[in-house]
Amino acid sequence: MTDWVKPLPLPDNVSAPYWAAAREGRLLVQECPQCGNRQWYPRALCARCAAEPEWLECTGRGVVYTYCVIRQMGTAGFRDEVPYVVAMVELDEGPRVMGNVIGVDIAEVHIGLAVEAAFIAVADDIGIPQWRPLSDH
Amino acid sequence: MIVGIGLSDYPRAPHLDAVQHHVLAARRAIADAGIAKSDLDGYVSAGGAGGMLDDAITMAEYLRIDHRYIDSTMTGGSSFEFHVQHLAAAIRDGQCDTALVTYGSDRLSATGRGLGTGGFTQPKQGVAGPAQYEAPYGNTLVGAYAMHAMRHMHEFGTTSEQLAEIAVGVREFASLNPLAIYRDLITVDDVLASRMVADPLHKLDCCAVTDGGGAFIMTTADRARDLPNAPVYVLGAAGAQTHWNISQQTDFSTSAAAVAGPRAMQYAGIGVDDVDLLMLYDSFTITVLMLLEGLGFAPRGEGGPWVQEGHLRRGGRFPMNTDGGGLSSCHPGMRGMFLITEAVRQLRGHAGVVQVPDCKVAVCAGSGGYLSAIGVAVLSSEAPS
Repeated sequence: MTDWVKPLPLPDNVSAPYWAAAREGRLLVQECPQCGNRQWYPRALCARCAAEPEWLECTGRGVVYTYCVIRQMGTAGFRDEVPYVVAMVELDEGPRVMGNVIGVDIAEVHIGLAVEAAFIAVADDIGIPQWRPLSDH
Repeated sequence: MIVGIGLSDYPRAPHLDAVQHHVLAARRAIADAGIAKSDLDGYVSAGGAGGMLDDAITMAEYLRIDHRYIDSTMTGGSSFEFHVQHLAAAIRDGQCDTALVTYGSDRLSATGRGLGTGGFTQPKQGVAGPAQYEAPYGNTLVGAYAMHAMRHMHEFGTTSEQLAEIAVGVREFASLNPLAIYRDLITVDDVLASRMVADPLHKLDCCAVTDGGGAFIMTTADRARDLPNAPVYVLGAAGAQTHWNISQQTDFSTSAAAVAGPRAMQYAGIGVDDVDLLMLYDSFTITVLMLLEGLGFAPRGEGGPWVQEGHLRRGGRFPMNTDGGGLSSCHPGMRGMFLITEAVRQLRGHAGVVQVPDCKVAVCAGSGGYLSAIGVAVLSSEAPS
């Protein structure tokens, strides 16, 4: 397991399955059985129609929708890692998720870059989804 | 209508804490309005200092305001435009007659220059609620705006030079404000040469961090008639929200200004051509660009070339942030208060060397969060027709 000194999520009754799935290398979003809306982050209702959402396991592939390069950040855990990329990734399944794009020269990150999820195990019940350039499939 | 304004001390005021900024601004606004404190029967504060230090109920107690109407709406920096919207309705409905809105922050003296790059959380702290989905990734406040700028550049070809023009124009006004924290004139090249904080935003694309406070007083037309200042009319106000946490922004190349702006101007019965002064939230240069497009001053995607035409400059068609803005004069954390106070100063004709000639209509547009909650107030020196 990675020694994670950055902030950790505090799993609750809605988010716990999300973080636990990521611990197993699976990326979940929610899908509404009533209206078909897909959403991230997980919520206790469908944000479109208020029905009870269900989990949808994703391929873990998407493209960078937008990003920034953080060059100044005071919080421990991040301070020593600048510069790093924070991105919104648009999944093949539709929703956008946040994450760092890792394992790539920052100069090569661009909007439209194809990426795939990479999961970092940080606790017994928590994995953190991250993103790296899509390898050839 | 708005009948009184007051500012506390800025940009550096180590002698004041957040509450005292509220108080000093309130005293100056009461004096400016020419009312007695006992006339106040409505009170509004967005708080913001944390720890219930300056929340509406705490401040109403400290100031001893016997209110019939209280509002603690907190939408970040745009709170005060939402307050104008709420108070206009409350006063029209007779919920209160004379209301005070105050704001105060000792951000610079208390915490220094690091606004927006300290991260949202402390390490090893379990993060609950929606923020848990973002906290592990180390985004910053500046980064959230940078993600908007990156997408806007991608979709429309907007350039760093175009964004820099906004900072240059605001700095020119700041150079004419003896109290502004940054007064030396700058060029586009200066902005581009300043270090990157979060690509594509440079240091000079980012607002100042200051101390400061402000207050304004709204009342009925009946009461305004007997007061010393010419009243400033609220022609229309509206707000809208797309998200709060940055990951939930629905479209990073536009904002809720595209909803709130047209709505506020429709209520006001005005169009873009009727506007004399723009007071736009300039937390970052990209904030201004996206507000301009949402409000309809520039077509969507064309804000970059539009600002390069100089419309926002001193002497331009739509002078913007004549006090020197958040970019160069005063930004204690929630700047929306100063959009209102500076607009009132201009509409009264009291703005001295930066007075906009024949200034009759001002549009104030606040951005709260990360271009999340946008509040727009249309103010005028003339009664609505």
